[in-house]
Amino acid sequence: MTTIDVKTPILDLNEKLARENRARFDENGVFVVDLMASPGAGKTSTILATIDALRDDYRIAVIEGDIASNVDAQKIKEYGIPAVQINTGGACHLEANMIKRAIETLDLSELDLIILENVGNLVCPTEFDLGEHAKVMILSIPEGHDKPYKYPNIFQISEAVILNKYDTLPVFDFDEEAFEGQLATLNPKAPLFKMAATRGAGVEPWTEWLRSRIEEQRSAISCD
Amino acid sequence: MHEMGIMNDVLITCENIAREAGKDRITHVALTIGEMTDIQDFALEFAFEALRDGTMAQDATLEMVFVEPRSRCNSCGKVYEHDRYTMLCPHCGSFEVTLLQGRELQIDTIEAEDEEDQA
Repeated sequence: MTTIDVKTPILDLNEKLARENRARFDENGVFVVDLMASPGAGKTSTILATIDALRDDYRIAVIEGDIASNVDAQKIKEYGIPAVQINTGGACHLEANMIKRAIETLDLSELDLIILENVGNLVCPTEFDLGEHAKVMILSIPEGHDKPYKYPNIFQISEAVILNKYDTLPVFDFDEEAFEGQLATLNPKAPLFKMAATRGAGVEPWTEWLRSRIEEQRSAISCD
Repeated sequence: MHEMGIMNDVLITCENIAREAGKDRITHVALTIGEMTDIQDFALEFAFEALRDGTMAQDATLEMVFVEPRSRCNSCGKVYEHDRYTMLCPHCGSFEVTLLQGRELQIDTIEAEDEEDQA
């Protein structure tokens, strides 16, 4: 019997593919955001509101991750935006190899922003680098203010947090102070964007944040 | 649930490494896992038992060492251990902290055999 010293990160394969994806995005000056949330928190609505705000200035594509169906990709396509549907076939998160295959169908040189809609899940997507430049999460008011206590990891690794369905605050027992206090403990640097995506309310601070990140990425390529 | 995907990658990597070393059977796999990864030992063990059949590791044992989170405060410089949920500095209350350990997901060692070893 032989003991072999491995000392290899478990997600080495995924991380290697993620680095390759990121290099391709960087070469083409595309900013890529991975949007994570529970099912029903409003990922697709947030994407549609984001498209409305940015489509005149930027070329956008969306990669949709779902266990099954192409419902989401259809919605985006009806908006006149290129969309690629990934069916994970039961897997609870996107992985870098799925993104690698999806971007083969897109012309990256013709894009400024790619939004990855991860599978609805507050746990598994946190561990997998897809090659994105920022992970952003959405929590919606009906889910409750206690989610940062229950799912701390996703709040910690997100660069920004969207609090969606903010217009429903009066009808739900959502303790805003407790939520913001716990978020500050877990991730004090993350900006919090309160919005009602389906009504287009409060979307601008989020899209301005995204706009500045897209511009950073574009200026990085023009400096090369 | 992501334990299945993680264990799948563990087995692929272990098989590649054992094959490169000229071995055909893996008898033991040792992993280091940071507590902040939210990996559950029982779920990873279950994934190992479910996925190892038909691989070189089908009779292998699994060892998991969990690492407690530890951070350094960028304001007061103190190093401290903490739970998975609260990273802020217990000494000065600063949020400007750097995680030193606790997010590990690593294959440390494997034990493997070839036909000569088994003879």
